[in-house]
Amino acid sequence: MTRKTFGAVLAATTILAGAVSAQTEVSLWYHGAGNDVEAALINQIIDDFNASQSDYTVVIESFPQESYNDSVEAAALAGNLPCILDVDGPVMPRWAWAGYLQPLPIDAASIETFLPGTKGIWNGTLYSVGLWDAAVALYARQSTLDELGLRTPTLDSPWSQAEFMAALDAAKASGNFDYALDLGMAWKGEWFPYAFSPFLQSFGGDMIDRSTYTSAEGVLNGDAAIAFGEWWQSLFAEGYAPGNSQDGADRDSGFIDGRYAFQWNGNWAAVATMNGGVDDLVFLPAPDFGNGPVIGGASWQFGVSATCDAPEGAAAWIAHAIQDKYLAAFSDGIGLIPSTPSAAALTENYAEGGKLEVFFGLSEAQALVRPVTPGYPVIAKVFEKALADIADGADVADTLDAAVDEIDADIEANNGYGN
Amino acid sequence: MANSLTRQNRAGWLMAGPAFALIVVFLILPFFMAVAFSFTNQRLVSPNPTEFVGTRNYERLFGIATLTLEAERDETGAVVMRDGAPVYPRLRGFTRDQERYPQYFRKREWFSFERAGNRRTYVLASDVVFLKAVRNTVLFVLVVAPVQAGLALGLAMLINRRIAGINVFRAIYFMPVVISMVVVAMLWRFIYDGNDGILNNLLGAMSFGAMPPVDWLGNPWTALPAIMAMSIWQGVGFHMIIWLSGLQTIPASLYEAAEIEGASRWQTFRYVTWPGLRNTAILIMIIITMQAFTLYPQIAVMTQGGPLDSTQSVVFQMVERGYGKQDIAGGSTISVFLFLFVLSISLLQGWLTRQRP
Amino acid sequence: MTLDRATRLMGRYLLLLFIACIFVFPIIFMIMSSFKPDLQLLQDTSSVRALLPVGDLSLDNYREAFDRAPIGLFIFNSVFITATTLLLSLFLASIAAFAFVFIDWRGKSVVLALVVATYILPFETVAVPLLLLVNNLPWLSAEGITWGWLNSYQVQIIPWIVRALEIFLFVQYFKDLPRDLVEAARVDGATWFQVYRRVVMPLSGPVIATVAILKFLEMYNNQFLWPIMVVQAEDYRPIMVGLQYFFQLNTAWGEIMAYLTIITVPVLIFYLVLQRAFIASIASTGVKG
Repeated sequence: MTRKTFGAVLAATTILAGAVSAQTEVSLWYHGAGNDVEAALINQIIDDFNASQSDYTVVIESFPQESYNDSVEAAALAGNLPCILDVDGPVMPRWAWAGYLQPLPIDAASIETFLPGTKGIWNGTLYSVGLWDAAVALYARQSTLDELGLRTPTLDSPWSQAEFMAALDAAKASGNFDYALDLGMAWKGEWFPYAFSPFLQSFGGDMIDRSTYTSAEGVLNGDAAIAFGEWWQSLFAEGYAPGNSQDGADRDSGFIDGRYAFQWNGNWAAVATMNGGVDDLVFLPAPDFGNGPVIGGASWQFGVSATCDAPEGAAAWIAHAIQDKYLAAFSDGIGLIPSTPSAAALTENYAEGGKLEVFFGLSEAQALVRPVTPGYPVIAKVFEKALADIADGADVADTLDAAVDEIDADIEANNGYGN
Repeated sequence: MANSLTRQNRAGWLMAGPAFALIVVFLILPFFMAVAFSFTNQRLVSPNPTEFVGTRNYERLFGIATLTLEAERDETGAVVMRDGAPVYPRLRGFTRDQERYPQYFRKREWFSFERAGNRRTYVLASDVVFLKAVRNTVLFVLVVAPVQAGLALGLAMLINRRIAGINVFRAIYFMPVVISMVVVAMLWRFIYDGNDGILNNLLGAMSFGAMPPVDWLGNPWTALPAIMAMSIWQGVGFHMIIWLSGLQTIPASLYEAAEIEGASRWQTFRYVTWPGLRNTAILIMIIITMQAFTLYPQIAVMTQGGPLDSTQSVVFQMVERGYGKQDIAGGSTISVFLFLFVLSISLLQGWLTRQRP
Repeated sequence: MTLDRATRLMGRYLLLLFIACIFVFPIIFMIMSSFKPDLQLLQDTSSVRALLPVGDLSLDNYREAFDRAPIGLFIFNSVFITATTLLLSLFLASIAAFAFVFIDWRGKSVVLALVVATYILPFETVAVPLLLLVNNLPWLSAEGITWGWLNSYQVQIIPWIVRALEIFLFVQYFKDLPRDLVEAARVDGATWFQVYRRVVMPLSGPVIATVAILKFLEMYNNQFLWPIMVVQAEDYRPIMVGLQYFFQLNTAWGEIMAYLTIITVPVLIFYLVLQRAFIASIASTGVKG
């Protein structure tokens, strides 16, 4: 029984219709449906590529980010994957393990200068490469820092936990704000592990033991993790930060409107915040909770599916897309960090003296990728629920224990994910 | 005769066959697949082969153990008290020690109760979240079914009058029924918003600011009731109409007779209206119960099971596990449980409402 | 006496009106908000302005919503899926019910019992295994036989065609039809199909309306979980899934309200126009018990 997929059949018919065109169709899936700016940028790259050569035609299909991963999983089940896959950095190992991705057929030398977070490497093999990285910082107004008499932290000398809490106390005591700190609890999903696991890591814990990748015991529920959990709970219990029921609109506008003193946010929101009228916006590095300041690394990247009929075409497109001019265009469009220093020089915000140049340094100095294991998607979900529950007042040690048990049970059920 | 019978067989199968086949393929067969998966380690995505694992998935869902602990005592032998209650050893010491306490390994406190002599019994479960989901779902059914049926009957009696414009009101009361639950849940997020939600503003205005705002969906005590209230709002019109049709089958002559007898309103309801609605009542309870058991879109749109698992539902857990965490076997195990549960409730309802001679 | 009656009538109307407000205000809020800019929309929730067409009203939200998502395509998909399912459902459920009521055939009681038993098998309980199943089903298309139904219209239509409830409603209705008519037609030499088409269906207007309306509500409003699982291509996405396009990093509530209005108002208009049929249909599901 030959098992043909719609995609393959479609591609086959396109070839049969070759009298009209001798081009091979290369399908591409992207997570940005609903975002006009991103759509325009990616379409530009595709149009340029299609016009630049006559062997391949890249055709894009866009998905809402919320359901993108589910869509890919379902399509993979059906053997229905596109040629070029857009993949979130931490999810890549799962897709590589599950056999969706093939090692990236491009010359490693061509991406030598790329930021570490933009290269998707699992088990020593390169599977994906990104046009940008993202970084998170503590947004603040210089005027707030001045009024509250706070030292401006730097990369070399970030705030300690005590200083950070003193800053929150000062903001709270001033009475000028609804909340001292906006963590972005309205953003469910990957934001939680991406933005908050670095705090845990700075406390000395982690989501999983990275030396073996077979258990979370002792790292997600050890003393350091429990200290993190107690601190995390106090942020909400003592009214420093809005909790799980924060509305998305408050997240978007609360800091800009001056209702939050500090905001833990990604660089993609920087342009909008500045345009929103925050003239003296400063980006403060993550506080150091004892084990050095940490932020999350790795963002969306491109890889080639294992079932791709035209890997050379896919590779050609990716090689085309990672040119500096496109990295710069993406950066200018949505404020993300371009993957190379040479592209950074071309951008408005990340060039020497640019408004967001600081993020380049943050990314370089503080970024730690999320656990590089096929088990990550489950770890991320379990972690998100544990943090949400602790924020709602659940017992810290019991919640973290339960999270460890669930992660370990999943790893066992998957025979260790090959580790 | 035989010939005619054969022809009837063929006609019968030809006509009923397609519908039956669809039901077999798209409901019955997948259900048996779920039963089969529940005894394996089937994942949605995995290069590992599927293996038979016996009843492991069921043990994970329903594993329960009890543990009774003595209160902690200081050197003098007196019970250590904190905040006026005896202090007990932490459960972690038992649940994380596979060597010494394999029966408690990877279990978590579900609930506990104090016993005489400064002892406390803890009921530990392997999957507390699932058990909470079961409890919430049962609670949802137990509250929503009678309240919704009762309100629907009240509305039906209210509009069962021939006065001008009554059709307009009837149409309005039914309106939420034709709106998608997904849309309804989105709208009610504004009503329940903790800061400037419509409900809080309304209550604040009615109490002249005395009533502090409540984070309806963010508080473990109010989240499930809030979802119940919204679900009733959406569905009550449907059942109102069914009651109404039941009311209209009661002959007017019975009411006239009651009036002549001088019966009070309550007596009229008790002895005329209610007996005439018996079959309708059974139907409505069955419909509401079936709908309430599949509580899902409200949870997915509004709370994702939180806060603190106070709105977890069985179907939400099933989707979360089978699809979200890609554990087909785990999700299928919940499917099987849900089916058996709904089946036993139906049998119970059938038995309770059986026609007594 | 008359004054008392008038007061009571007045009280009754006030009560009716008050309850009507409870049912209608979220819908008015949705429609009004869809014309307001985000900031005003959120501020207005603190007063009765939330329900009034005041402030800076425009169609901007609609324009932006149409820019953000191919709404026309989503509506077409939903309408196409709903209509196709509905027509197939009416045909297959009614003809099966006909066989159950009017024909004697071997196995009927077993088949009927199985069908009725599936009433208590909610779709949700089989969604996960069904995903694996539909992924392995064949389909005949212009390219020959292909395998796997993901990303298609049929995956959203065929599994939904027949439910126990629809067969049950037809069975209940057919039982009350005079059997003599059917027998007379048979004696005259009509085939079973002719009896179904010429005798029974023309008498079945009310039950057809009931099934159609229930099916319409199920298919148009409640297609959420299943399409997320089985439809990845934008080309086949229905409207409820389209909602996800509006939950990107920046939550534009005005656009969301516009989208909710776009997908809800046609149904509301449809309902208000056919209100009597809707209500009569629901009522008829209750009469039998």
